[in-house]
Amino acid sequence: MSANGMPVPDFAASAPCAPPTGNLVPLLHEIRHALTCWLEKGQEHVIDLRGIPLAPGEEDSLLEQLGEGEVKARLSLMGPSVIIETRYPGVWLVTHYSEDENITGRFIEVCEVPAILKSQTDDIRTGLERLEDQLSNAEATV
Amino acid sequence: MSKDKTLGETLQERGISRRSFLKFCATTASMMALPPSMIPVIASTLEKVRRPSVIWLSFQECTGCTESITRSHSATIEDLIFDTISLDYHHTLQAASGAAAEHAREEAMQENHGNYILVVDGSIPGENNGYSTIAGISNKDMLLDTAAGAAAIVAVGSCAAFGGIPKADPNPTGAVSVSDLIKDKPIVNVPGCPPIPAVMTGVLVQFLTFGLPELDHLGRPAAFYGQSIHDRCYRRPFYDKGLFANSFDDEGARKGWCLFKLGCKGPTTYNACAVTKWNDGTSFPIEAGHPCLGCSEPDFWDAGSFYKALSAPTGAIGKTAVYAGTAGVIAGAALGASLRARKQSAVKSHERVTIDDLDQES
Repeated sequence: MSANGMPVPDFAASAPCAPPTGNLVPLLHEIRHALTCWLEKGQEHVIDLRGIPLAPGEEDSLLEQLGEGEVKARLSLMGPSVIIETRYPGVWLVTHYSEDENITGRFIEVCEVPAILKSQTDDIRTGLERLEDQLSNAEATV
Repeated sequence: MSKDKTLGETLQERGISRRSFLKFCATTASMMALPPSMIPVIASTLEKVRRPSVIWLSFQECTGCTESITRSHSATIEDLIFDTISLDYHHTLQAASGAAAEHAREEAMQENHGNYILVVDGSIPGENNGYSTIAGISNKDMLLDTAAGAAAIVAVGSCAAFGGIPKADPNPTGAVSVSDLIKDKPIVNVPGCPPIPAVMTGVLVQFLTFGLPELDHLGRPAAFYGQSIHDRCYRRPFYDKGLFANSFDDEGARKGWCLFKLGCKGPTTYNACAVTKWNDGTSFPIEAGHPCLGCSEPDFWDAGSFYKALSAPTGAIGKTAVYAGTAGVIAGAALGASLRARKQSAVKSHERVTIDDLDQES
């Protein structure tokens, strides 16, 4: 971990164990409820983990319980974003990092595929223009 | 960025993908404590934003607020958002100075009359205008003149919001806040010494996206200042269990227990430090083992010692209570008087005391 190239201690790793907040089990129940809603109504659900007080170690414990499933994707979006399907299909862990690889956001998404993983219409349009330019340049040089 | 282009168009031109923009919107929504369902709303509104004009005035300040925002992390997109606001005048950052700089300010004021955002950092000397002038214009005159045509004012930092350190006792310059002088414009206070850079960016994003944010009783955006440091502190469970550090090197300090008895102002301080954190989200003062100073609250510098507990009893309340029980009503009245005196003293020094605080044994 570094701030502008300056090494800084990993406070999270050295933090003492705090008593649990008790939010872990309710979170798992929220995920269970969201999965049921998705199956019954196709309703997607997002949980912002930064919005829920968790004691040091509790988030790790949550991630451990969710585990990793079949899909893991790393996106390069001005700093990486890592998207993991947990061992429960339809439950995704989306973690955004800054360019210094510090976490800037972490979400649990209950859906088929997180929106950010899908190709975006604007990007497809820009890509098409690039491909057309490339082809017309290639034709011009032939 | 051209004034005619939207933010979305500018991002595309600069090769920023839609995914990257969505990522920025997701992390910003999280920072603003908005529900994730608002992410698409932020994205669709923000991408249509056209460049508003901003005039930034710096008065009695240390430049820490400007330093903080210009070091706002996650460079590229936040830089672009910051680029989106046209800094037509920023005395500290702009190359021009003196008459040329003042000309830029006057031009921006005329061109965008009634529509520009005025950002102010630093307090304003109220007693003698000569304490702080820019190009021969007193801070007060410049503020009143520039505020007249502003759509809204953002008072950045505790100095602009509440008077800050220049206003600290004995307040030699008679420093006052922006809201002490301006009464007829919407003012958003973004206090902190300095404010968290991401919060400043977030306030600007919120302003560009939804207009004036919801404010608390001190004019602060509720999204960032709606909860106390104490409420979001990861050491809160120790407070609830009555486990406190009593010195900076005792067992409690080593085990990371609550810093309340070492003067932590977290319970009475409203800011986003515990959630957003500092230095690219590395940590915040309490995580580094130091009590919160309460820098986003009015008159924090004069609120007693930084290291005096908010409700530290002047005597041992627990023991006094036992003696009162045995000695009867007279001693009970004495305890009441002692607590009232303690409360009056706390009020005088701007501390907040609740019945729960007074009930708590040392």
